[in-house]
Order: sequence, then C-alpha cells, then structure tokens
Amino acid sequence: MDTWAPIADIAAAVNDGKTTASENVEKALQNIEDKAEFKAIISLTADRARKRAKQIDEHVKSGKPAGRLAGVPFIAKDNFLTFGGETTAASNILKGFNAPYQSTAVENLEAEGAICVAKANLDAFAHGSSTENSDFFTTLNPHDKTRVPGGSSGGSAAAVVLGMAPFALGSDTGGSIRLPASFTGCVGYKPTYGLVSRSGVVAMASSLDCIGPFARTVSDAAIVLDVMSGKDPLDSTTIERSKNSYTDLELDVEGKTIGIIKEYMGEGLEPEVRKLIDAGVEKLKNAGAVIKEVSLPSLPLALAVYYIICPAEVSSNLSRYDGQRFGYSDLDAKTLEESYEMSREKGFGREAKRRIMIGTYVLSSGYYDAYYKKAQTVRTKLINEFSAAFKEVDFLLGPTAPSTAFKIGENVDDPLKMYLIDIMTVAANLVGVPSISVPCGMVEGLPVGLQLMAAQTCDRELLSLAKAFEELNV
Amino acid sequence: MANLTREDILKLAKLSRLKLSDAEVEEFTAEISEILQYVQMLDDVDTTGLKPTYQVTGLTNVSRPDEISDYGISQEDLLKNLPARDKNYIKVRKML
Repeated sequence: MDTWAPIADIAAAVNDGKTTASENVEKALQNIEDKAEFKAIISLTADRARKRAKQIDEHVKSGKPAGRLAGVPFIAKDNFLTFGGETTAASNILKGFNAPYQSTAVENLEAEGAICVAKANLDAFAHGSSTENSDFFTTLNPHDKTRVPGGSSGGSAAAVVLGMAPFALGSDTGGSIRLPASFTGCVGYKPTYGLVSRSGVVAMASSLDCIGPFARTVSDAAIVLDVMSGKDPLDSTTIERSKNSYTDLELDVEGKTIGIIKEYMGEGLEPEVRKLIDAGVEKLKNAGAVIKEVSLPSLPLALAVYYIICPAEVSSNLSRYDGQRFGYSDLDAKTLEESYEMSREKGFGREAKRRIMIGTYVLSSGYYDAYYKKAQTVRTKLINEFSAAFKEVDFLLGPTAPSTAFKIGENVDDPLKMYLIDIMTVAANLVGVPSISVPCGMVEGLPVGLQLMAAQTCDRELLSLAKAFEELNV
Repeated sequence: MANLTREDILKLAKLSRLKLSDAEVEEFTAEISEILQYVQMLDDVDTTGLKPTYQVTGLTNVSRPDEISDYGISQEDLLKNLPARDKNYIKVRKML
C-alpha cells in the first residue's frame, strides 16, 4: 500500500500540478477498502469527495492555487457534522441523520482545499475509551486485531496509522484523542480549550470538549491545527489564536524546563511503559532540557472530578435527543411522554444511558452541592496547582496512559475500570491546557505514547517541544 | 447516600425520560452506586476559600449583536430530518 508524503508536500504537489486531488482521493478510498477488516470507518463521503477533487483540479488547471491543504484527503470522526453522507456519532439515535450544515473545523479545512473522504468510528457520542461503546461495531487495533485502538476517537487514530488518509479529526473530552493516539502509535493533539471551534460537533461535555488532529508527525498535526483554529462566531467559547503560525516550530530544547509529573510515574504505571518514558526524558535531558520532578497533589482526584462534571454536562447535552425534531423516533408511541421515553430507550446505548443517569443524579436538587459544585470547586484547586507548576516549568511530561492497548472485551463488564483508563488524560481537559501524545516506543509490539502539556495558549511552544522530541526519538 | 436502590434508579430514569429494562435497572443500581462511591473521595477534600470553576479560559458574558444572519441553510434543509411532519410543522404525539 502507498503511504503518504508530508501534508505540506501533498498540497504543494497538487498546487504545482504534479499530482491531482482526484488521484489522492482515489488512493485514500482504495486504502480504506484494503484495510476494511479493521472497521475504522462507518461511512464514506466518496461522491462528494470526488466532486470536490475535480473542482480543485480544475481550479489548479486554471492557474490558481487551491490552498494550503489542496487535495489532501482526511477522515472525520463521525461526530463532526459533514455534508456528503450521514453523521451518526456511532449512535442508533442519530442513524440516518443528514447534517443541514457542516462543522466549522471541516469548513475551515475545506476552505484550504482539504477533502473529507470518510467518517470514522467512535464510542457512541464519544463515551468511552475503546470504541467498544459504538452502537455499530468495535474498531480493531492496527498492531493487534485482538486489542482495542483506544477511544473514543479510535476509528480516526486507526485510520491514520493504517494509512487511509494523511490526517484525521477527533474530539477530546477526557483523553479521546490522546489515548487512541497512544494505543495506535500516532500523534494526537488536544489544543487549548476554545482554540478550535466546536460548532457542528456533536456536544458531549461542553466545558471540556476540544477538537484536534491525528497525524503521523507533529508537523502534519500542526498544519491542520493552524488551518482549523481561531475565533468563530458560532462557538462563543472560542479564543483568539496566536498571530504566529502554529507550524512555525522552534526545535531547540536547550534550557527549556520540563516537569515530570510525579503522580503519573508511580503506582499503576506498567514498568515497561515507565522504562520508555524514562528513556524519552533522558533524550530530552541530553539535548539540553532542564528536567525537574513536579508534584500536583490533587491529580489523584481528577478522575473523580471528571466523572461528575462530564456526565452532568452529558445529561444536559443529550436531552435534545427527544425523538421529535431529528434522529430516531419510535412511531409506536401513543403520547408525547411515551414518544420521548421509547425513542430514547431504543436510540441510546448502555453507556449513554448510564452517563445520563449519573448526570441527572449529581445535578438533582439535594445532591447538586455535594457532587457537582464540589467537583467544580476541586477543579479550581487543580487549576491552581497547574498554574503554580507552570511558574516553575515550561512543560509537564508523563505517560499518556498507564498501559498499552488492552484486549477487546477485557473491561466491558466493569464501567469503573474502563473509566480508570483515562486517569492520566482527564486533567488537561479539566484545566483547559493543551496536551499532546507522541509515539515513544513499543512494548511487545504495542505502541506507547508520551504525553506533554503546556500552559493555556502555549500551543505553538508545545508543538515545538513535541517535534523536537519526535526528532530525538527516531 | 451513594448506595442507590432500585427505586432511586427508577426515579432517575423517569427524570431522564429513559425507559429501562429490568436487566438495566438491576445493572445500573450496582454500577452507578459503585461509581458514586468512587467519586466520594472528593467529600474530604478541603476547598475552603475556593470558588467553583465553570469556564476555564475566563470568558464571561460573550454577546453578539442581535441581528439576522444568513448562514445559507434553507428551511427545507432544517426540516429534512424531522421524524414526522405536516407541511412545515413538526408533528408530535398528543400531550395527554
């Protein structure tokens, strides 16, 4: 199977007339077909992709450049609203849904000539860490078909690693980009909260949701981020982007201070994963980085905070699926009340129901203060600890996950055990800081990801360090 | 507080507009109790003097001019996903 050139080179070749967007789209569709057994893809947007490719090729033929991502195919997680096919969020309740508009992230990519060719599998509504909660099927890990690719954006991660497209889009509410990047061996980037618009992405937990890219290299992830980011009137939580390009990366790590997160390096971390992280730290140290150990004492509370705030916001966001305006509706219902209950009963899977119930509980009168308000206050404590840490160090470092990819079925009967897989990723979402998972080596044929974080809005600096690490780790 | 009963689960299901099977009620009673026991580690955390954080980047009261914008989406586009429709109205079941 053909692999892909760096994204900037693919676009340059299209703009120079050396290759065509149509050839790239056909190559992506062929690669998707060749790797269908991994079940990374829910649906193709082939007709629209071919049409757009033709337009781009005609545009180039007429002598005009077609953008920074001219003719670059990509795959969107199926919770991004896109034209050219259904958007399901891997849920039965949205099966058959045809988006009336596209997500801003996809619009921004298309404006620079990128072409969406397919929609990737996920845990339904992005609730999960393995894609096993998809209402349709489980995606297989590209390195071992008996293992999960991580989640919730497992289809997007697998698609990139399998070479289906040069990049893919994911969403990250508690680790849903970084965890699958770690489990499959690609780069996964969660930007600063608000840097990329969520307009047109199926909402999960709005104070945590972030949009970001999967790619094979940090440079590829950076160019995608650069095109997607910025203020959007359709998402009032978006923030100003940096005036400098996110592709303008500074590779010198000399004198940069990196804090190793003490709480992530102890109990629960597999020894072989730890060895690789330690080796990665050593490389950064040898390149001139100043390494310190940093303690964030409230980190062991982060998962508990997350599993109050997240379901609370989920229960609110999923109330819109009422069977009346879009999505699955049980037409056997006799009354409106029955229509709500029956549509939601059949349309939602087990995990969506579980989270709606937990969320309803922690928000209900009498428990609101004890759970929801308490969690949001401990969140403040965590934010304060991160702020203090970033006065001491430029970056934080740890593993992305405590282990490599687990077996399909291993954790499905124990929701709490499944939740614990996110233990090292949720803090970045609670605090709103950017975080990246970069490949750091393999343990028994399975990839391990190294996680880096920086202070809010230091996305360019974080991508710079990640790229420097990538080059040191070759 | 965190040991939920069958009745608690049924009440939550009602509040959430979810109909559950008997098997789901049983599973959720155990699972959700376990999850709530896990998050109870926050009970003992000292948060004296701290306020809750609802928005992490500090934005407040983001407003926009109250003007009509054309997003290029037709009425038909917005109505095409309706499960039941009568002309340009959303058709719903009777309320009572």
